[in-house]
Amino acid sequence: MKLPIYLDYSATTPVDPRVAEKMIPYLYENFGNPASRSHSFGWVAEAGVEEAREQVAALVGADPKQIVWTSGATESNNLAIKGAANFYAGTKGKHIITVKTEHKAVLDTVREMERQGFEATYLDVQENGLLDLEVFKAAIRPDTVLASVMFVNNEVGVIQPIAELGEICREKGIIFHVDAAQATGKVDIDLSKLKVDLMSFSAHKTYGPKGIGALYVRRKPRIRLEAQMHGGGHERGFRSGTLATHQIVGMGEAFRIAREEMVEENNRVKALRDKLLKGLQDIEATFVNGDLEHRVAHNLNISFAYVEGESMIMAIKDLAVSSGSACTSASLEPSYVLRALGRDDELAHSSIRFSIGRFTTEEEIDYAVKLLHTKIQKLRDLSPLWDMYKEGIDLNTVQWAAH
Amino acid sequence: MSYSVKVIDHYENPRNVGSLDKDDSSVGTGMVGAPACGDVMKLQIKVNKSGVIEDAKFKTYGCGSAIASSSLVTEWVKGKTVDQALSIKNTEIAEELALPPVKIHCSILAEDAIKAAVADYKKKHGE
Repeated sequence: MKLPIYLDYSATTPVDPRVAEKMIPYLYENFGNPASRSHSFGWVAEAGVEEAREQVAALVGADPKQIVWTSGATESNNLAIKGAANFYAGTKGKHIITVKTEHKAVLDTVREMERQGFEATYLDVQENGLLDLEVFKAAIRPDTVLASVMFVNNEVGVIQPIAELGEICREKGIIFHVDAAQATGKVDIDLSKLKVDLMSFSAHKTYGPKGIGALYVRRKPRIRLEAQMHGGGHERGFRSGTLATHQIVGMGEAFRIAREEMVEENNRVKALRDKLLKGLQDIEATFVNGDLEHRVAHNLNISFAYVEGESMIMAIKDLAVSSGSACTSASLEPSYVLRALGRDDELAHSSIRFSIGRFTTEEEIDYAVKLLHTKIQKLRDLSPLWDMYKEGIDLNTVQWAAH
Repeated sequence: MSYSVKVIDHYENPRNVGSLDKDDSSVGTGMVGAPACGDVMKLQIKVNKSGVIEDAKFKTYGCGSAIASSSLVTEWVKGKTVDQALSIKNTEIAEELALPPVKIHCSILAEDAIKAAVADYKKKHGE
């Protein structure tokens, strides 16, 4: 077993060797510009791009014509939200609905729209991280132009009710955008049934390369966008710029593998995740963050009370994981996602996100469980909060000198 | 974030972890910080009859730099009089541990912990 053990598949995934193999020829012999129409170098590159477009479309039940290449999910989110909101503002209005637990690529884009004169509603989630449909309905206004809700949350892995939200939006004539960066290969996505107008994808969360993504743009009913990148009119004018052929081919292959192996892989990953959860549940004062049922198989977000996340990460440096504590940033703010779930600051600071993936082994999970038991005990022996908890003091009744 | 060798040393082998009897009249206890901010330090000093700190213990909830800062000050205050201990500056702690700018607050907290522990001791002695 090699150390450190990678348990941060929600941050990024390694490129599957099959994907890398498929990409390499497009760096050498098939290096042509897919926009070159006058020779075979261009035609070969174009064929690679179009095969990949079909593969991406196939994973999500879309028509290849509805797939627009971008540099990743952040760009897709920007193009979807800015592009649709600006295009339809004149006819529908200038109100946008999103959720407090969205990725920064959505939240910050919506903030920018506010600066440009739009109004925005940031919805609360329930304690389990899920959006309440009634809360969503209540936020809709006559001038609501667009709603953006993520499919799978990156921190706690909960799956939002996208099908139901789509029905509501379609009925009200609201453009519905979904950030699905964390969902591909994890949950079934069928855009022939879902009433979603725009959906963002990323390759590198699904064993493809970094720097490539896609935006699904519905054609029936047709969704129009204001381009954010102008130039040679690539991608039917939605997104100019020479296509990154090798990246695109990689994303296509990654999504082909995801489609073919998803069921089997999710079963295997879920067994490992459940083993990890079971192994950690006997540690006193631990709390799972987010709903366990409406959740992707590979995520476990857990708070070990009275142990601060960053020192925890330091203690378990054999495990590559993420912490909800942001002590590393100047702000000292703990995870806004966990705060939105109603977790108090101490538990938010004490959270660790484990994300399991294609190359995780049972041996690695066993090692992680054992290490966590030892280190948590060590840090709790160091923690004045643990002592207070053991003495039966309610930390919320203590007057802290905030600094 | 990468840590200095000294931070890692104090973090992996923290000095003087533990508790003293807070009701003992020769013990001063300082608890600073807040769980909401991600760090809480408890520093205790035991002062002998001639006003010299003869023992110090800490417990800290916080990042590696916070643990290292409090571990370091337990070493530094031992053998000092309470007034000498008060002269320890956060800048000295930060310099000794090579703390990066985002971790300076950890050294400030450690300085505050000394002040709080001394204040508690002095209060017990009617000063």
